[in-house]
Formats: sequence, structure tokens, C-alpha cells
Amino acid sequence: MQKTAATRSPASPLAGFLLRRLGTSVLLLIGVTLVTFLLTNLVPGDPVTAALGEGPASDPATREAFIQAHGLDKPAPVQYVMYLGALLTGDLGRSLTTGQPVVADLAKAIPATIELAVAAIVLSLAVSLVLGTLAAYRRGMVTDQVLRVLTLIGLSVPTFWLALVAFYVFFLQLGVVPGSGRISPSITPPPTVTGLYTVDYLLNGDSVGFLDALAHLTLPVLVLSLFTIGLLTRFVRTSVLEVLDTDYVRAARAKGLGGWRVVSAYVLRGASLPILTVVGVAFGALLSGTVLVESVFSWPGLGSYSYNAARNLDLPGIMGVGLVVGVIYLVINLVVDLFYAILDPRVRLS
Amino acid sequence: MTSSILTPARARRRRIGAQWRAPLGIVGAVVALAWILVACTAPLWVPYDPVAQGLPRLQPPGPEAILGTDSVGRDVFSRLMAGAGVTIPLALLLVGCSVVLGTLVGAIAGYAGRWVDETLMRITDLVMAFPTVILAMVIAASLGPSLFNAVIAAIVVSWPQYARVSRSIVLSLRGQNYVIASRLLGYSPARSLWTDILPNVAGPILVLASLDIGTAILLLSGLSFLGLGAQPPTAEWGSMISGAMENFDAWWIGVFPGLAILTVVMAFNFIGDTLRDAFDPLARAQSIAANTGETA
Repeated sequence: MQKTAATRSPASPLAGFLLRRLGTSVLLLIGVTLVTFLLTNLVPGDPVTAALGEGPASDPATREAFIQAHGLDKPAPVQYVMYLGALLTGDLGRSLTTGQPVVADLAKAIPATIELAVAAIVLSLAVSLVLGTLAAYRRGMVTDQVLRVLTLIGLSVPTFWLALVAFYVFFLQLGVVPGSGRISPSITPPPTVTGLYTVDYLLNGDSVGFLDALAHLTLPVLVLSLFTIGLLTRFVRTSVLEVLDTDYVRAARAKGLGGWRVVSAYVLRGASLPILTVVGVAFGALLSGTVLVESVFSWPGLGSYSYNAARNLDLPGIMGVGLVVGVIYLVINLVVDLFYAILDPRVRLS
Repeated sequence: MTSSILTPARARRRRIGAQWRAPLGIVGAVVALAWILVACTAPLWVPYDPVAQGLPRLQPPGPEAILGTDSVGRDVFSRLMAGAGVTIPLALLLVGCSVVLGTLVGAIAGYAGRWVDETLMRITDLVMAFPTVILAMVIAASLGPSLFNAVIAAIVVSWPQYARVSRSIVLSLRGQNYVIASRLLGYSPARSLWTDILPNVAGPILVLASLDIGTAILLLSGLSFLGLGAQPPTAEWGSMISGAMENFDAWWIGVFPGLAILTVVMAFNFIGDTLRDAFDPLARAQSIAANTGETA
């Protein structure tokens, strides 16, 4: 499909590739809005009552005003266009849980989840690069088999249960790490620059705040990372195995380069592309994981928000999260593709 | 770890390692079968009615209730065993439905080509543009919270992977001489697809499906944990864990259902991983090489 979109200019293949990918992403983005719109309309029951609550919806005048204002008497395609128009002006409706506009809620929740997810992906990648390379070098040996069983276990643990167990053991029983919220109640939040507390405290030169925010990140990040470590380690192993068989790695070893030189400069560099792709996939798994983990640790991000929305059947809230997460996921995969194009000339020249 | 030269000692260690693979699958199969047996027979032998509330509340594990009781006086052990009969059949059902739906969509897309392929694959991309739990949550919430709707939501998010695999296999076989020959002999496209191509899709799809059963169990119990799946008083593992959040001191309410999910999912993952090794020619070549002491 990418080849049929003939935007490729011979002068700049990279720009052409980017344009095609951007085009695909925009199409998918429209698709994402279509899905959330259709699901909103799928709701069995009365959307007016769902949006207004039992009391106000029983008043005929209020009802009529709501139907007029939201175009509920118009045909579905017109409603979709109205929905898109509302989206463009940043109107995702009002949450039934918090009573606030969904957009305002999400603006507060997104940085909290990004901080969690980025910390988890960095940790997972670091750990699985070491474990995966080790497993590949020891292929078929006991180390490899033990790692194989451990990663399979990591992929089998129900994240929400692990979060509860970690919360109980390390916070309630041992009390070694904080178990709820982004910072201690006694500490004031940093002035907002990026919305990521650790970064904002650092920019502000506040080491006490930074350490506190870091301590609060520990448990949720560790719990979230277990699944992604399992996922990534297996892919790193496969990718490294493929590279280990190539002539250039053999040559590097044959000319007597030391172990770590070969690993860092040849093997991991060669394996970086497939690993990069999986990092995009792992990010999706992480976003799914946050839904189940944040509520346990009272982390005020997208996960807690969608958990509360789901519990209260707050459709505007849930749809908002679905839309935002769909967009975040698309952007991540677009970025992964861009890196791919930059790192591998074959992608953009083919 | 600087050398890949295979010394006799290393070759021996590799052989030992390679022999580990099948046992992993056997362990998985035994545990999975045990749980399936529990799922089928639990109602006949559990000590208490899993939804009856007659026992003293929040009792720790003891002689009367070996895994304790929950906050409304139900026996955790009976609920745990009954839970197997809820989650495992539904997980198998949903994987089965996803396999059939996904394989068909992929096969039709790959065989028909052109706009049919283009349309079906864009729909596949669209579903895959959402992280699974989030999309399943959105769908389950729209349909209304119930175990049945959670299964529907899970099917909607699970089929695309099968569509991708089956499409790619169909594409690679469509131009093979034996397929063209059967068309020239006058077989209909549907018949040629069914008899010539689909049997080749079965192996890879089976491997994918066996690895997906664990994911399905995690997804279903996760949705129930969120309150979007099984409703009270159904004995379902995810909602049992969610109930444990109200009483952290009664650790037994939540710990055991989690261990149940962990062991079932692990068992199916062990089976799937072993099957993948057996079906993947590259992995098999490596394990044969390890067995015979040659470098792959």
C-alpha cells in the first residue's frame, strides 16, 4: 500500500517515506475516531440518560435541548461529522465520574502515565538487552533455558495481581517504598514544565522532590516492567542470534576484537532494528498494563482514570481514553518507523 | 561469553539444554490438563457452594475452609475451583472464535487480493492501532458489563493476528503450481482455498493459538478485575482479586486466585512455546544441531 501512494520524490527518498507513513497514520487516526464514534453509538440504552443522568433526563425540555445541541435527531453520518468537529475544538464531552470536561481530565492524566511508561520502557529495554544477549550467547545451555522459563513466567503473571501483591508486601508490610500517588502529601508538586514530576523537579533544582517522586515511581515501574522484560528479552535473544551468524560478526571475532567491543559495536548495532520494532509493540503492552496497575497504586494517570470510568460506566471518559491511547500508540509506532528509516537505508530506498 | 567455539563440554551442556525443551511442554500439558479436569468436575466435589454465603466472614485458611473465607463468608477454595470452570472454557471458546474469524478474513484477503485485500487489511490495521486491553475495555463498557460481552470484546481485539498470519501464508501459496493446477482442473476458488491452501495454514495458526490461550485468560480476568466481565456473585478469578482490594489484611482472598491464573497461563505458555519450537524450522535446526553437537 505504501508503494501505491506515489509521493516518492527521487531527490529525497527519506522525505517520501515519511510522507507516506504520515499519510497512513492520518488514515488510521480517522479510523480510530470512527471506531470510538461507532462504539459510542452502539451503546444499548438511552444516550440522553447516559449523558445527563436519571434526574435531568426525565425533564422533556432538558431532553429536547440536549438532543438539539448534540444533533441526536440527525442521521449517523451527520452526527459523525459533528463528532469530528467537536474533537477538533477539543471537546470530548463531560466525564460522568468527575463532572469535568474529559479533555481537562486527560490533560492532567497523560503526563503521569507518560512518566510511568517511559521509565518502565527504559528499564525493560536495559534489562532485556543484557538478558537477551546473554541468552543468545549461551544458546541451548542452562543459562538460556533458565532465562527461557523465567521470561515465560514473566509473560504469565497477571499484572493487576502482581501490583496488589507488591503493594501489600513492599508498602503495607515492609514499608520500604511509597505505594500510592506520585509524591508524598507533604511535598508540593513542581512547577509544571513537562508534566513529568521527576524531570520538573530536576529542572527546578529540587533534589528532595526528585528523590520523593523517584521513590513513588519504583513499585509501579517494577510491576509494569516484568511483562515487557519477558517480551523484549525473547526478541533480543532472537535478533542477537541472527546477527551472531553473520559474516561481519565472525570477522570481527576472528580479528581478535574483545567480547564487549563485538557485542556493543557489532552485535547490538546489527540487532537494533528488529528490537526497535518490538519496543513499539511493547509500548502498547505497557499502556494496557497501566490500566490495571495505576488503580492499585493510586497513580493519577490514564489507567486510574479509565479504571474509574469503567467502574462507573462513564462512556465519555472511556471513549476519551480510547481515543487518546490510540493516538499515542500511533505516534509511537510512527516514531519507531522514522528511526527505522534513519537507521536502515534499505527501508527508504526500496 | 567471548567465543562460540563448541568445546565438548559446551556441546554436552547444549545437549542437556536442548533436552529441557520437551519436558517444559510436558509440564505445561500436565498442569493444563489438571486444571481442565478441575474445570469439568469441580461442581461435583467442592466442599461448599461457591456462591453461598453461610460461613463466618474473613476467616484465615484453616481446617474448616482450607483457603479461608471472603468478606461475605464464601469458601475461597470452592470459588477457586469453580472459577476454573468459568475462565478456561471461555478462554478456549474465545480463542477458537478468533482463530476461525481471523483465519477466514486473512485467507479471503490473501486469495481475493485487490480491493478486498486492501479493505480487510486496513480494518485489521485499525483494530491493531489500539492496545488490546484498552480497546477491549472500551468495547466491553459500550456493550454493558457482563462476562458474555467481555468475551465478545476479547474476540474483537484478538482476531487480527490470525488474519495477518493466514493472509501471508495464503499469499505465498496462491501462485504455486499445484494451486493453479487445481483451479485449471475446474475447482472453484472456495474449494481450492479450502483443500489446497488452508491445510498449510493450520500449523502456524495452531502455534499462535496455543500461545494466545494464556493471553486470553489474562485479558478476561483483567476485564473482570476492572468490573467489565464477570458480575457478582460469579466465582471468577479476576473479580475475586478485585474483591481482595477491600480487605488487604485478608491476603488469602486475592493471593490464591492470582496463583491460579498464573499457573494456568504458564501451563499454556509452556505448551505454546514448545509447539513453536517444534514447528519453527529454524529453531528446530538449532536444537538438532545442539543435539548432534554441531554448530548451527
